[in-house]
Amino acid sequence: MRARMQGGGQGRTGLLMVAPAGVLLILFFFVPVALGFALSFTDARLISPKPLEFVGLENFQRLLDDPVFWTSLRNTLFFAAVIVPAQSGFALLLAVLVNVKMRGTNLFRMLYFVPVVTSIVVVSILWRFMYQPDGLVNSMLHWMTGNVVRVDWLNDTSTALPAIMFMSAWQAVGFHMVIWLAGLQTIPGELYEAAEIDGAGRWHQFRFITWPGLRSTRTFILVTITIAALSLFTQIHVMTGGGPLDATSTVVFQAVRVGYQQQQTAYASAISLVFFLLVLAVSLIQRWLTRERSA
Amino acid sequence: MRRRSSTRVRAAVLAARLLCAALFAFPLLFMFVSSLKPDTDIFKDIGSVRAFLPVGDISLDNYAGVFDTVPAARFLLNSLGISLVTVALGILVNSMAAFALSRLSWRGSRLALSVVIATLVVPFETFALPLVWWVDKLPWLTMNGLRLTWSTGWLDTYRVQVIPFVANAFSIYLFYSYFQSIPRQLDEAARVDGAGWFRIYRTVVMPLSGPAIATVAILTFLPAWNSYLWPLMVVQTEELRPVMVGASYFFQLKVHWGEIMAYSTLITLPVLALFLAFQRAFVNSIASTGVKG
Repeated sequence: MRARMQGGGQGRTGLLMVAPAGVLLILFFFVPVALGFALSFTDARLISPKPLEFVGLENFQRLLDDPVFWTSLRNTLFFAAVIVPAQSGFALLLAVLVNVKMRGTNLFRMLYFVPVVTSIVVVSILWRFMYQPDGLVNSMLHWMTGNVVRVDWLNDTSTALPAIMFMSAWQAVGFHMVIWLAGLQTIPGELYEAAEIDGAGRWHQFRFITWPGLRSTRTFILVTITIAALSLFTQIHVMTGGGPLDATSTVVFQAVRVGYQQQQTAYASAISLVFFLLVLAVSLIQRWLTRERSA
Repeated sequence: MRRRSSTRVRAAVLAARLLCAALFAFPLLFMFVSSLKPDTDIFKDIGSVRAFLPVGDISLDNYAGVFDTVPAARFLLNSLGISLVTVALGILVNSMAAFALSRLSWRGSRLALSVVIATLVVPFETFALPLVWWVDKLPWLTMNGLRLTWSTGWLDTYRVQVIPFVANAFSIYLFYSYFQSIPRQLDEAARVDGAGWFRIYRTVVMPLSGPAIATVAILTFLPAWNSYLWPLMVVQTEELRPVMVGASYFFQLKVHWGEIMAYSTLITLPVLALFLAFQRAFVNSIASTGVKG
């Protein structure tokens, strides 16, 4: 009798328990996402006494004609195109290195992971200092090559974005190492033993056991790095402010610049919408890739 | 279990490991060591191995300078408060929602679960700007003497730095997966003893969920402590600013790298200490994010 009564109360208790999270997610996730769509068709400004007005596709027209937007989009895609293979490859190399059973493994894994728990703001400040013409990077290069190097890394249009790429990979690679490692450890050791008996070399073992065994891990890593790369903002804001000559401006940086500094919420929403579509495209590709696997 | 490696391979692995260790450790070591030196020494030492060694005119002057240059103590307290409250509320709110999704059947529960999972890939940056516009329009109840009055606008407050980040789809998902692994016989036993659902949540399921709580705590604390873009846009009052935004103060004055390195070290230490104390939990939380793929 009692159990049945409680069974009847499940609906109410369930709703009650899910309500706080539900209300908060609606207020601070679904509404702003929907607003992002809606406001991009208006003339909304951050602080304005004027009522909103519908302006149709005006913001998108402006977007098409905005050279800074196109530069930012190109920089963002270039950043992603380099960082995705470079960072995932380096992370896999680190994972393989710390997956070898020998002394000191835990220490090394911890060391590689420390930059991940260090704030990207701190990392950006530190590397901004190191990238100065009289900074540590140039002096290390001098020490290694014997030539005097005086590259002004962050103030040169050709080196600023690559310098930020290197730093970003340096900071985040430990994160993806841990995920690769989790994937590597799901591959049964017997497979390698069997391959050894069959006389397979290390490369063949990697090619035919490790690589196929990491299939779902791989998709996940590629997608997370791509989305993080497309979201590039903090490094730019701390290190270069988008310069020199917009050489490091990105889509999110540009959205913040117009939306926050210039208070043009509507135009910033239109830029965010482009960013949203990019992310959506990436996750649709992920779906397609994982679907292929289960078929 | 794994194949035995030959001595030559092991030597190569060790060499590669050391090289990578240097790559990751030296910049951070440089930061810490520089925080102890006057600026002239930092630049003098950059050309040699002394850049990584605490030698020369070593002191804590830069740290004292940090507290004179910016209200560093205030920034630290703000970040600590904001992070801890976000973590505590996040654990409560998200675990309750996950419990309702895992244990109770209510209208729309299946739909709610798939909606939660679908929202996982949307980065904050896609809706941050409309969110600024939106929080400026939100109402809030304030106590005015004994009367409650409505005010509008959340900009420039502590709440705008906490409340939007309490509910989190990924935390709900993590709790949900963990709760699914707790045997239902345990709740049924409690039900037979006459416990209500809320009591089962509080006294049966949550006490068994230590690892999930730790994971959610870490994954909430890190972004809260490190948050930058959001407070940059919504907080103008100095007294309410968190540590990461406080860092920009140093670049508005004459740039004094020793102090900047000291402040950077100072705001990294709390997280680093947590990491060193709970290494395994940290690494496991990160690895758990890979599960959703």
